[in-house]
Amino acid sequence: MLLLIQYTLIFASVLILVALGGCFSEHSGVINIGLEGIMVMGALGGALMMKFAPAGLPAIGMFVLVVLAAVCLGMLYSLLLAVAAINFKADQTLVGTAMNLLATAAATVFVKAMNTAADSGNVSATIQYIEQKKAFLVNIGGFEFNWFMLAALVALICSWVVLYRTRFGLRLMACGEHPQAADSVGINVYRMRYAGVLISGFLGGLGGIVYITAGVSEWKFEYGVAGFGFLALAVMIFGQWKPTRIALAALLFGLFRALGNVYTGFDLLKNLNLPSAVYNMLPYIVSLVVLAFTSQKSRAPKAEGIPYDKGQR
Amino acid sequence: MKQKNSILRNKGVQSLLASLLCILIGLVIGYLVLLAINPAGAKEAIFTIIKNFFYYPSGPARMKYLGSTLVKTAPLLMCSLSVLFAYKVGLFNIGVAGQFVVGAGASLYCALGLQMPWFVCLIAAILAGALLGAISGALKAYRNVNEVISCIMLNWISLYLVNALLSNVKEAASPYTMTLSSTNPKAIIPSMGLGEFFANNQYVTIAIPLTVIVAVLIWVLLEKTKLGYELRATGCNKFAAKYCGMQEKRNLILTMAIAGGLAGLGAGAFFLTGFEQWQCTQSSVPAMGFNGIAAAFLGGLNPIGAIFSSYFIQHITNGGAYVDKTMYSAQISDLISSLIIYLCGFVLFFKTALTAWLDRRAERRAAQEQKGEEK
Repeated sequence: MLLLIQYTLIFASVLILVALGGCFSEHSGVINIGLEGIMVMGALGGALMMKFAPAGLPAIGMFVLVVLAAVCLGMLYSLLLAVAAINFKADQTLVGTAMNLLATAAATVFVKAMNTAADSGNVSATIQYIEQKKAFLVNIGGFEFNWFMLAALVALICSWVVLYRTRFGLRLMACGEHPQAADSVGINVYRMRYAGVLISGFLGGLGGIVYITAGVSEWKFEYGVAGFGFLALAVMIFGQWKPTRIALAALLFGLFRALGNVYTGFDLLKNLNLPSAVYNMLPYIVSLVVLAFTSQKSRAPKAEGIPYDKGQR
Repeated sequence: MKQKNSILRNKGVQSLLASLLCILIGLVIGYLVLLAINPAGAKEAIFTIIKNFFYYPSGPARMKYLGSTLVKTAPLLMCSLSVLFAYKVGLFNIGVAGQFVVGAGASLYCALGLQMPWFVCLIAAILAGALLGAISGALKAYRNVNEVISCIMLNWISLYLVNALLSNVKEAASPYTMTLSSTNPKAIIPSMGLGEFFANNQYVTIAIPLTVIVAVLIWVLLEKTKLGYELRATGCNKFAAKYCGMQEKRNLILTMAIAGGLAGLGAGAFFLTGFEQWQCTQSSVPAMGFNGIAAAFLGGLNPIGAIFSSYFIQHITNGGAYVDKTMYSAQISDLISSLIIYLCGFVLFFKTALTAWLDRRAERRAAQEQKGEEK
């Protein structure tokens, strides 16, 4: 049971972080399908930092460095979307899709090249971080508390405050609802959209490193992040683009994802004798069903996905 | 001079130029990546990717591997048609990978489990893909679910389903499905002598010309029929289409079903040649679907253009398999094709900029002529 709670919380943390990232980007008016790719890049940055960080670094130093690496790479990568979608008015869905493919391919090529350079017989795209990972964990009576859970909570509170209680957040949301009106009162729409996309890069990158350190201690970069970025988008839609609801939705989805990892520990579920494929499919099926019932009265930002053209009326 | 102007203004020429530019920039960046990894073999590696089957010195071997590239081009062409067909109707069919997967599952299960002849298997593949597409379409039409999200979810669901289904017909000792030739040779798409042309490459079948015919048919359907017109009108503005008395909901579902059917057909046309077996432990959806997106946009969203762009994408993907593995990985071609998709996002900007530049030039010229007349 404790294990289930632990996995639920860590997967929910990933979903909260990434969905909040998507939330900022969409509130500024840019659809960020590329979250999956941003997660991969964040994961790559964090994993590399863990691999190359000097041994004997105190846990807190390791934590800060890894987060920094993940966040920087995530933000850098999100610039690809920002430039294409904001300055060049590209199709945001297309660019996002390209970013997802590019991230997985680039990470695979990079990690393979790195592994092969270190050892010519090693052609895998795997990075291991068994020891380094321990820096993030605190064992409280059998429950593995992960500092990233706290990070997700902080991100959640900050997002709520920023979006609803600061000038910046309200202006950001105005740019996603009616950019022309926002511009007419002197808000720089382009700058706001850059901010939105960069914040999503920040949170997406962080989510990426949390995801690959949740439950496993090595990562094969050929897999990308297995559709988790898209699950986060589903969480965001289910959460109606509101931070508090996103958190609740993330807990629900996290629970179903965690079941896949730990269902063998429950006699009731084990006795059902369902194939493991069922548990693997569960989060995706649940999200489809949930979306079917919640998308009808969608509160999506009105101007999302539409490139802002100053000359248009 | 006016003649040249009108050529550059031609939409088709602009698309072609844009695509060639995307390819060029994609290859250059790919080369730079190779240089960064290991400067020693970069030049050779990029030429290996571009050369693909010319890697082999003898003529028959080249023909044989050209055949193999074509065998894989056929499903890619279907996937890219699927994407572009949906895109013309305003839908982004990222679910093409999942539709491809269920197509593979249905065709292989009919062939290996139910011992059906090849055309039944092919039809089963089409139907399975169409069904999956229709689910996304119906969710979009009736429940307002964003098709990108629902398609992604269905991709993963179908991958796990098909893995479970095909585990029933897999070889005992390996994670791969049984071979068609040993279990049910009837299920192999006939070659009708095409294989002999490609140095006895048995996998070259009538599936390849069939897919080209389908590409032409899709062009006819989109551009020359009432249904195609209705679908495109729904894509442009579904409210206007509804106002004109078109059934916009039916059109949405129909579009996704056709798109899904195309992807399913692609899967059938590939797996029923026996070229590859399905790996039942596969943990990510096949790249074929995503490469289909690349091919669709690289082909300028034109079915005829897609024939050439699919070939190109498959050509460099196959070429990637020949690079020196002690230095580079085969994924370098995935990297190049994903870069090409990213660059395709800039095509619209490129076209507008080109037109604006032509306008400015024409204006300047007109002004000069005027000056000349005044003098």
